Amino acid sequence: MSIATAPAPAIDSKFILPFMNATRDVFQKMAGVATTIGKPYLKTDASATYQVCGIIGFSGQITGSVVVSFSDAAAEKLVEAFAGVHLAVTDPDFADAVGELANMIAGSAKKNLGALANISTPSVVIGKGYTVTTTRNVPCLVIPCGSPFGEFAVEVSVKKTAAV
Amino acid sequence: MKCLLVDDSRTMRNIQKKVLCALPGVEFSEAGDGVEALSVIAATPGGFDLMIVDWNMPNMDGITLVKKVRETDKKTLLIMATTEAEKSRVLDAIRAGVNNYVVKPFTPEGLLEKVSTTLAKAKAAA
Repeated sequence: MSIATAPAPAIDSKFILPFMNATRDVFQKMAGVATTIGKPYLKTDASATYQVCGIIGFSGQITGSVVVSFSDAAAEKLVEAFAGVHLAVTDPDFADAVGELANMIAGSAKKNLGALANISTPSVVIGKGYTVTTTRNVPCLVIPCGSPFGEFAVEVSVKKTAAV
Repeated sequence: MKCLLVDDSRTMRNIQKKVLCALPGVEFSEAGDGVEALSVIAATPGGFDLMIVDWNMPNMDGITLVKKVRETDKKTLLIMATTEAEKSRVLDAIRAGVNNYVVKPFTPEGLLEKVSTTLAKAKAAA
């Protein structure tokens, strides 16, 4: 017996530019770091791009999630540039700083998404081998980013709700 | 000048302290959410001259905190420092009683300028 499945919805490209701009803006203003933004690509598996992740949920007229993920090496140096002090990955304030960076990227993008949304307080996951499952049938677009300290990524999986 | 920094991110509070220590005679207290802020206010004789308040926090968010403070205190200067930048949110904060609004991300100079302007305006009005 065959079961018909709906095709995966297209990614709304006007959701992506706000996140690209927010990423550049946050790191430039809060950390004095110039970042480069690469060509976004569709994520095809649920495993985390890098080991250090800040996760923000969206609700309201926009739903879904945004994950800002860093390699360990890039994370330590970017966090140091942001926080103004060196924080080891194991320091509780390190996770706090990662969460706040994710919060500002999501929050800063939010105002340019064309709909009113609420964002959650951040969750931070540090380690290898975990997956972040996004909303069903909402594609996840990975925005690869570069910095003088290494690479990181902003993974966007959001959509407007049917009510909007 | 007594300043209360209210933000669930300790990193953000440390950044704000580092910038605002340029203000003459400033002493800082901190709180991680609105509930803690109300406890700190109650425990501080004479209250605070200035509060920098985040919006999105657990237990009690910043807008609720602002409304609660303004129920009994029209004097303390309240500045919202938040990623919430939609016009409707800014208007909500003004209606709740903030004196000024800083959007994150901010530059150190931007934050200091907003706070200094707020303080100068309050002094001129006194």
